[in-house]
Amino acid sequence: MSEKQAKVWLWIGSLLVFAVSLIHLSPLYLLAVNSFKTREELYENVLSLPKSLSFQYYQVAMERMNILTAIMNSFIITVVSTLLIILFSSMTAWVLARHEDRMWAKVIYMTFVATMLIPFQTLMMPLIQFFSQIQQTLGFQIIDTRQGLIFMYIGFGSAMSVFLYHGFVKSIPISLEEAGYIDGASPWTVFWRIVFPMLRPITNTVVILNVIWIWNDYLLPSLVLSSEHVKTIPLSTFSFFGQFTIQWNLAMAGLVMTILPVIIFYAVAQRNIIRGIADGAVK
Amino acid sequence: MKRKDWYWNLLFVGPTVCIFSLVVLVPFVMGISYSFVSWDGIAANAKRFIGFTNYVSAMSDTRFIRSAVKTFIFTAGAVVLTNALGLIVALLVTSKMKLAGVVRTFYFMPYLIGGLILGYIWKFIFSDGFAIIGNVTGWKFIFFNWLLNPTFALFALIFVSTWQTAGYVMIIYISGIQTIPQDLIEAAEVDGAHGWKLFWHIKFPLIMPAFTISLFMTLSNSFKIFDTNLSLTAGGPSNATELFAMNIYNEIFLNGNYGYGQAKAVLFFIIVAIFTLAQVSITKKREVGL
Repeated sequence: MSEKQAKVWLWIGSLLVFAVSLIHLSPLYLLAVNSFKTREELYENVLSLPKSLSFQYYQVAMERMNILTAIMNSFIITVVSTLLIILFSSMTAWVLARHEDRMWAKVIYMTFVATMLIPFQTLMMPLIQFFSQIQQTLGFQIIDTRQGLIFMYIGFGSAMSVFLYHGFVKSIPISLEEAGYIDGASPWTVFWRIVFPMLRPITNTVVILNVIWIWNDYLLPSLVLSSEHVKTIPLSTFSFFGQFTIQWNLAMAGLVMTILPVIIFYAVAQRNIIRGIADGAVK
Repeated sequence: MKRKDWYWNLLFVGPTVCIFSLVVLVPFVMGISYSFVSWDGIAANAKRFIGFTNYVSAMSDTRFIRSAVKTFIFTAGAVVLTNALGLIVALLVTSKMKLAGVVRTFYFMPYLIGGLILGYIWKFIFSDGFAIIGNVTGWKFIFFNWLLNPTFALFALIFVSTWQTAGYVMIIYISGIQTIPQDLIEAAEVDGAHGWKLFWHIKFPLIMPAFTISLFMTLSNSFKIFDTNLSLTAGGPSNATELFAMNIYNEIFLNGNYGYGQAKAVLFFIIVAIFTLAQVSITKKREVGL
């Protein structure tokens, strides 16, 4: 086979793989095109492009799903939870990794790692019972509030995040920290000025993994939140689908709006997302 | 000095350990104690201690056992297909192919969309979408409403789960493949290893660590699937696709058997733990060092 022939075959093969990847994404195509169609048009041919671009279903779906409130809630809960997970678990992991020879650090770390095996379904009922009791006896607003849900996300997110940070801290040299102490800096300063900036690659991973999880999570918020004004995107999607007998064109318009933020996020941060996922898996 | 160290350590570790204990450890211990009582979830009603009765009942609960079997079938199917597809695509995009970046981007995309929303998208495709396509093309042996058939509804779940996670697993395999030194591949090619031989004897043993992680992730995620199950089939038709997590959820929150449902939840934890630990220790043995 000549070099030219080989090149042609490489392109044919590549285009075939590309075509298959387009088929892989075709459900999103179906979603988009059918969100613009009338009922008759939809049942005539699901695969065709819409005859006209009318946003009427978007408007109806937007109102019924309270989509703006839901996006706002999802955004606040995801961002605040992730920031606090980063703050708490990076500090914890650093101290635990730097005291690895001590019994207390070992016990705490192993507890974090071991609990990663517990499925959420094993914890959900007692979790809600426990926090309802706390709310009743101590008066903290936990159930049906954003701050209560964020508190729980910090608890559930810390094990994996501490685990990832812990592994990374062990790979960075201790000498810079020691130099900081000799200069008279406190552990607080040493951590935030010297250590934390060096943790950047793994912080990226921790952010990506937690954002994907919290943004899409359904079960925990469904047990904690019930009021309309605090509902997240998955919750409003669920009640939207439960409330009305499924009118698919309307449903499609709603679904397009729920995944639009994700697509924008992917378009903007694709490199970070893929690198974050890859780094998170190398253990 | 020593005393001061303690204050700092407490400041750094304390908040996380407190929150983690309240959210994970306390409910875990409470959960075990709930599994020994009979209770309907209403605070005013008494919790009656009944020992291991809940566990014994679970062993002869046909709906629970059937959901366990379905979960095993689902997990086996989803794990095999996800890893096969993810690995194939990873090998393709790390080869000399053109457009590799775009293909990688497209395959990873579904992973970012949540299981609940994906389930609704596919619910449309498998029900009305397939029916319409079947009418248009006449291929009704494949294009019919999958969600109304107990067997095909489970296939639909496997299919959607594979579609969602193959891209994620692909990323893990790509980073595994990229750690293989290029000169090693070239040396093997000089020695006459090509195609399948090159993959099976050289590449595959070297990507075993990636394989371990992918298997671990897909195994535990498939076992615990809930969101897609809820939105795609809601356990139907007639409970045929009610998997483990959903069975527990329904027992507790729909049937109001809090103690019994929690006993199932504890059993669920034990099974997940045994399987994932066994899998990790088995595949770890097959990893080779460079």
